[in-house]
Amino acid sequence: MPAANLANPTRFLAFSGRLLPWLWWVTALVLGWGLYLSFYVAPADYQQGEMVRIMFIHVPFAWLAMACYAVMTVAALGTLVWRHPLADVLQKSAAPLGAAFTFLALVTGSLWGKPTWGTYWVWDARLTSVLILFLIYLGLIALWQAVEDPGKAGRAAAILTLVGAINLPIIKFSVDWWNTLHQPASVFRLDGPTIHPALLWPLMVMALGMTLLFATLLLMAMRNEILRRRVRAMQIVAAAG
Amino acid sequence: MIEGGTHLGFIVAAYAVTVAVLVGVVGWIVLDGRSQRRRIADLEARGVRRRSSRNVPS
Repeated sequence: MPAANLANPTRFLAFSGRLLPWLWWVTALVLGWGLYLSFYVAPADYQQGEMVRIMFIHVPFAWLAMACYAVMTVAALGTLVWRHPLADVLQKSAAPLGAAFTFLALVTGSLWGKPTWGTYWVWDARLTSVLILFLIYLGLIALWQAVEDPGKAGRAAAILTLVGAINLPIIKFSVDWWNTLHQPASVFRLDGPTIHPALLWPLMVMALGMTLLFATLLLMAMRNEILRRRVRAMQIVAAAG
Repeated sequence: MIEGGTHLGFIVAAYAVTVAVLVGVVGWIVLDGRSQRRRIADLEARGVRRRSSRNVPS
């Protein structure tokens, strides 16, 4: 099916309905494989010991927290520039997922930080900028709830999303621009990953599994939002008599 | 295989929070979907149709 056809909500519902069962199976298999590698194959780290197990969930959540916002930024352009009918549906559906992944990145990072750094929290640039990302997600969710008309809410949320996108490079490069307790990038580097392959592979499989979970939940949430707008349209018809 | 140790509680807590939040998100999305489909079925049972579906030949 050409991608342009998916702009039609009815076609999107039919296509995503066929895709979702398969996506759930693939997600479960990849996440199961990733958890097996994380707990039964990956060795303890030579410095932090078993605490490295938290990395297998913390890092994918941190990546997805940013990736979700990047997807929303593209969707915001889709709303304001191309007026794609599903763009603001995607924006609204992705925000709670992004908030959940950012919350999990913060909590798992905090639980990793206490035994390795000696503190649950420090106001360094990386942690603070990720907390700001979480607050932006909450702000977007509140904005969607505050404006009743989905079209007006979509345009307002799109503008706020684009403004908030400035935070993404700040998060990414905060560990390079400022002196932070958080370590610098150790996977996506110009000179290659600094993590041993025995730990890198479980991490990448878990990241793939979590990304598939995000895609699955996003499709489900988008279907719900399309149905919610149909309910609204039908209620308006009913009220008009 | 993971070994027990003094920091095992932090690992268990991290995975427990993860499972709780993800199960909550999945549950919320599934229940929201059911709720929307039920509302559409109720409106259709009352004879309400969307304007766009009125133009679709049966």
